[in-house]
Amino acid sequence: MTSQVSSPAEQADGTVVGEQRKPVGTKDVRRLDRVIIRFAGDSGDGMQLTGDRFTSDTASFGNDLSTLPNFPAEIRAPAGTLPGVSSFQLHFADHDILTPGDAPNVLVAMNPAALKANIGDMPSGAEIIVNTDEFTKRALQKVGYAASPLEDGSLEAYRLHPVPLTTLTLEALKEFDLSRKEAERSKNMFALGLLSWMYHRPTEGTERFLKTKFAKKPDIAEANIAAYRAGWNFGETTEDFAVSYEVAPASTAFPPGVYRNISGNLALAYGLIAASRQADLPLFLGSYPITPASDILHELSRHKNFGVRTFQAEDEIAGIGAALGAAFGGSLAVTTTSGPGVALKSETIGLAVSLELPLLVVDIQRGGPSTGLPTKTEQADLLQAMYGRNGEAPVPVVAPRTPADCFDAALEAARIALTYRTPVFLLSDGYLANGSEPWRVPEPDELPDLSVRFARTPNHTLEDGTEVFWPYKRDPETLARPWAVPGTPGLEHRIGGIEKQDGTGNISYDPANHDFMVRTRQAKVDGVDVPDVEVDDPDGARTLVLGWGSTYGPVTAAVRRLRAAGEPIAQAHLRHLNPFPRNLGEVLRRYDRVVVPEMNLGQLALLVRARYLVDARSYHQVNGMPFKAEQLAAVLKEAIDG
Amino acid sequence: MAETTTTAPVAAEALSLVPKAEGRQSMKEFKSDQEVRWCPGCGDYAVLAAVQGFLPSLGLARENIVFVSGIGCSSRFPYYMNTYGMHSIHGRAPAIATGLATSRRDLSVWVVTGDGDALSIGGNHLIHALRRNVNLKILLFNNRIYGLTKGQYSPTSETGKITKSTPMGSLDAPFNPVSLALGAEASFVARTVDSDRKHLTEVLRQAAEHPGTALVEIYQNCNIFNDGAFEVLKDREQAEEAVIRLEHGQPIRFGADGAKGVVRDRDTGDLRVVAVTPQNEAEVLVHDAGAATPTTAFALSRLADPDTLHHTPIGVFRSVERPVYDTLMADQVDAAVERHGKGDLSALLSGNDTWTVVG
Repeated sequence: MTSQVSSPAEQADGTVVGEQRKPVGTKDVRRLDRVIIRFAGDSGDGMQLTGDRFTSDTASFGNDLSTLPNFPAEIRAPAGTLPGVSSFQLHFADHDILTPGDAPNVLVAMNPAALKANIGDMPSGAEIIVNTDEFTKRALQKVGYAASPLEDGSLEAYRLHPVPLTTLTLEALKEFDLSRKEAERSKNMFALGLLSWMYHRPTEGTERFLKTKFAKKPDIAEANIAAYRAGWNFGETTEDFAVSYEVAPASTAFPPGVYRNISGNLALAYGLIAASRQADLPLFLGSYPITPASDILHELSRHKNFGVRTFQAEDEIAGIGAALGAAFGGSLAVTTTSGPGVALKSETIGLAVSLELPLLVVDIQRGGPSTGLPTKTEQADLLQAMYGRNGEAPVPVVAPRTPADCFDAALEAARIALTYRTPVFLLSDGYLANGSEPWRVPEPDELPDLSVRFARTPNHTLEDGTEVFWPYKRDPETLARPWAVPGTPGLEHRIGGIEKQDGTGNISYDPANHDFMVRTRQAKVDGVDVPDVEVDDPDGARTLVLGWGSTYGPVTAAVRRLRAAGEPIAQAHLRHLNPFPRNLGEVLRRYDRVVVPEMNLGQLALLVRARYLVDARSYHQVNGMPFKAEQLAAVLKEAIDG
Repeated sequence: MAETTTTAPVAAEALSLVPKAEGRQSMKEFKSDQEVRWCPGCGDYAVLAAVQGFLPSLGLARENIVFVSGIGCSSRFPYYMNTYGMHSIHGRAPAIATGLATSRRDLSVWVVTGDGDALSIGGNHLIHALRRNVNLKILLFNNRIYGLTKGQYSPTSETGKITKSTPMGSLDAPFNPVSLALGAEASFVARTVDSDRKHLTEVLRQAAEHPGTALVEIYQNCNIFNDGAFEVLKDREQAEEAVIRLEHGQPIRFGADGAKGVVRDRDTGDLRVVAVTPQNEAEVLVHDAGAATPTTAFALSRLADPDTLHHTPIGVFRSVERPVYDTLMADQVDAAVERHGKGDLSALLSGNDTWTVVG
């Protein structure tokens, strides 16, 4: 199997930019199977962009990769402070990997705050590249360094590379007609160039990117490219960097196909567009900006040529309200939000349960309660999605497991919503939303058929022979009610949030009818067709680890470690949280011990214990960060050992 | 004085995309088979009859008409209309209707709401629908009381009102819905009265034909919890002095033989009521619903005494054309297709940076 880069180097205007550079010097080149790099700096230093570029170049090189952006909620937190540190971690390898990695091999620290905030995660022997220009007395004091850690020996355990990044950048750009401030801004590109040299990254992608990004400011584009090249050349020439590294493409990790790098929110947005096409229904998004979901609104609003309508509403309630109105009119309707927004939308979700209209509620979970940790990840909205409404208001819940899986999960959520005429929760989280990984781009004909049949004719005959339309006469198999959209003659009907009579949909306060309708709505959701959960258990283990959503990466990585060490362990991962797969109870009872790791205080564990009377053990973490594989491996080992 | 308002210049663009009915329609066709369950004597009956009676005159396909409501007595309205309808949740009807109207421009979408639903719990959605100018017709039934929850004061109740929740009198200053709507950039604002079928019908007709959001405040009597709230506007003798009928292009005069008129105070610029004399007759304001700014319409909305309701203007305060949200949204979709071609899913999913793994 071979891997080739097929990115076009030619721009729309016909110019060819960039060229593939390879280190040509006489320095040592070492081969590695994987590397974890963390870029860290002020939130204004452009670390996310730097990480994104390194990621794109790494993706196009053909490595497997996984990323973890980590940034503060403030747009520009006070410069040089610990709360203002923004970082981007990237794990890339010549084989199939699952997580952004536990401990970085390399830290790029743009200032003392970035060093201090991240040094605790660095294993001894790691390489640390610091921008010495920023290690001024004042900057050191600001974060509580009494003496410079570059000089007091406290970094002896690491391979320290002190680099005057700012000075070198300014020097490289002195021919440009730029202010000092403008020129300084390119120091992240210098750092990127240096790291690109160290790890033999292709360069033409970033150069092309800079030309496009600054198309209207060619001076700035050229300056950034010059800084980027200067960083590369610095690595090539300076004696401080004696070794560069090769990480071969992950040729055998990927089945044949066309690949790209994709983040969770982008994959989710594309999944919604694909679902709209597969259902042949126009896509309508009603949304209110909220971190970390806003990128889906941004992305969908760029694709109006797919017939997508995006409505930035006055509040969360109006966002879902408008979506529900569009659903009544026959659109594939979506609202996107995070936990606090779900709280506001709850009443409308209940209305959608009662109206039995298809509606996707996308919750990109973040740390809670209340405003919580807007830019950090958590899985603590599971019970809110399950039960956060008045009355008995069951809603199917689907959760993607990786960034790329957000695409398929969106299609699956749409399938359930359209088939069963119900609101559906799609529970992603901040880690999946902003993280990225390679994705095999599907061919449109691989996508599921989501076609829908609107009601066109009366569906009931009265005793006197009159043909009428009954909006709550159900499909006997799915229990879904007919979807008759306004504009259909003869099917005029009224629906609402008041309890309605079975069949006719007319207002009914009859006790027996209410009891029947509550049970029927529950039975409809309980009856949603979901695939059985698959168990990965090659060794006949006695312990099962059960995960859901974004813990898939770290759980699977932990399971691999254990098996490599000869420890048998079984793994099952849930995509459907409501209803659970039919075989879940039987699977859980097969094992002596069941461990449920979650980024909450044990919400799935609570559900499976209640549902199946299984003594599932919860292991949880709510620090805003994904689990680490090593940590989970240790916990699972304890469980195996009893 | 003439019984009906004259028409301000309006286009029928609002309805141009809505399919027409085949043949003549009757009022009966618009009645659903559901028993109307408002209290006997409620003003809502009159409004329902007026709406059912006037819709056939629009000649729209019945299946392309949708009534969306929130919660409250008036919000039961959709159940009684033999059209499509949704009885939603408290205050949210304008938001839900916005989604429907913007995604389905072939529908005539009506919102039925009350003073509590529209101005209290749903105030935010109301003002934003108005500023966007979505193609919605909002009928705001104002009875200055909460009826369905049995008689608490509402955001339009007069200050000091004694109700179950305000035994010592309410403390809140009330909203004036017309002033509020004008301040929220509404392109069409009117006021009418439940008992004046002819006036109500004419205002509804103008609202229906207005491109964009039309807000119609309907003074509606709650004979159980706030009976007679608008009696001064309904009693023949009192009404002559109390009601100012606004007619586009006509001098604003009222009272016996038009003895009173509205003039602009030269010193303050505000409006005031004067006895019309041959000397000041020329100064009487001529109503212009299509005025470029809402300034005079706003001043008219402040003429009424909030306690006695004397000098209450009814009719169309403002009716101007400005870009309609759903049209703009559809135009953007069309422009995107024109600029980038119809969406190509394969190209979208691939993006610009791909690599190929071959077997």
